[in-house]
Amino acid sequence: MNALTLWFHKTGSPPTAYRLAGRLMPWCYGVGFVLGLVALYGGLVLAPRDYQQGDAYRIIFVHVPCAWMSLFAYLFMAANAFIALVWRIKLSEVLAMAAAPIGAAFTFVTLVTGSIWGKPMWGTWWTWDARLTSELVLLFLYFGVIGLHAAIEDRRQAARAAGFLALIGIVNLPIVHFSVNWWNTLHQGETVRLLGPSKIDASMIWPLLTMALATHLWFFGSVLARTRIGLLELDGGKDWVREIALATDGAGERA
Amino acid sequence: MNDFLAMGGYGAYVWSSYAVFFIVLALEALAPRATRRRVLAELRGRLKRRSARNEGSGTP
Repeated sequence: MNALTLWFHKTGSPPTAYRLAGRLMPWCYGVGFVLGLVALYGGLVLAPRDYQQGDAYRIIFVHVPCAWMSLFAYLFMAANAFIALVWRIKLSEVLAMAAAPIGAAFTFVTLVTGSIWGKPMWGTWWTWDARLTSELVLLFLYFGVIGLHAAIEDRRQAARAAGFLALIGIVNLPIVHFSVNWWNTLHQGETVRLLGPSKIDASMIWPLLTMALATHLWFFGSVLARTRIGLLELDGGKDWVREIALATDGAGERA
Repeated sequence: MNDFLAMGGYGAYVWSSYAVFFIVLALEALAPRATRRRVLAELRGRLKRRSARNEGSGTP
């Protein structure tokens, strides 16, 4: 076995992964929180008012990062589900299922903030257009994965079945992403573009990108927290889990 | 300050969006703590039952 495979197996083993996740988690949450505050200050105070939408456009600083995260979390979940199904890596099963509730939370925030933004700008809370409907389907896909995972008793079989559903649901991602180009919709087109110039001023884009970074860190912090729990459940009978369970007795909870 | 809170007349929309964002993400981050406590308590219970069973079978 070469050094890389050895490192991979060692890091992927539940006790090592548990410890590593415990060390990284507070940094993800901490840096994510601070960046989030910076982005809020930039978005709510420093960024100028929009000439068309007035101050209502400031919803963009929470709506768009959450929308990006709803897709990113799904990609993360599906990629790990794929690795888990093909190579039967336990850690990937746990990572995939850890991402599902967080992705659902981001999708929910996207839908609700979008709805609140739609009322003053479009005059309606909801419309069955392509972007909104496909994002709602994304939320139901997350619910399906979470529900299927919870419905099966055996943890590994549950992760495999839910991972399979997650892989099928990936067809929805391009539909969400390209819906504003493929169909006429009320929803505006892309504001920030990776290729070519963005259609937004620098004073508005830096809080947006900072918030995007903050939500990514928050996502990974939460993935690590949930992964640790998933590893404890998966390895319930093992010695390393027994030590942790007995060390954290009742009130004296230790991280 | 009042100008800031009013958000040019869109205050209710802007602040409720930010409230949803914060509340949902805070709950989402707190949820694993509760789950973790529950999982560890279950594990302790299982360990206790197993050790009780072992002691019981040792003294017939």
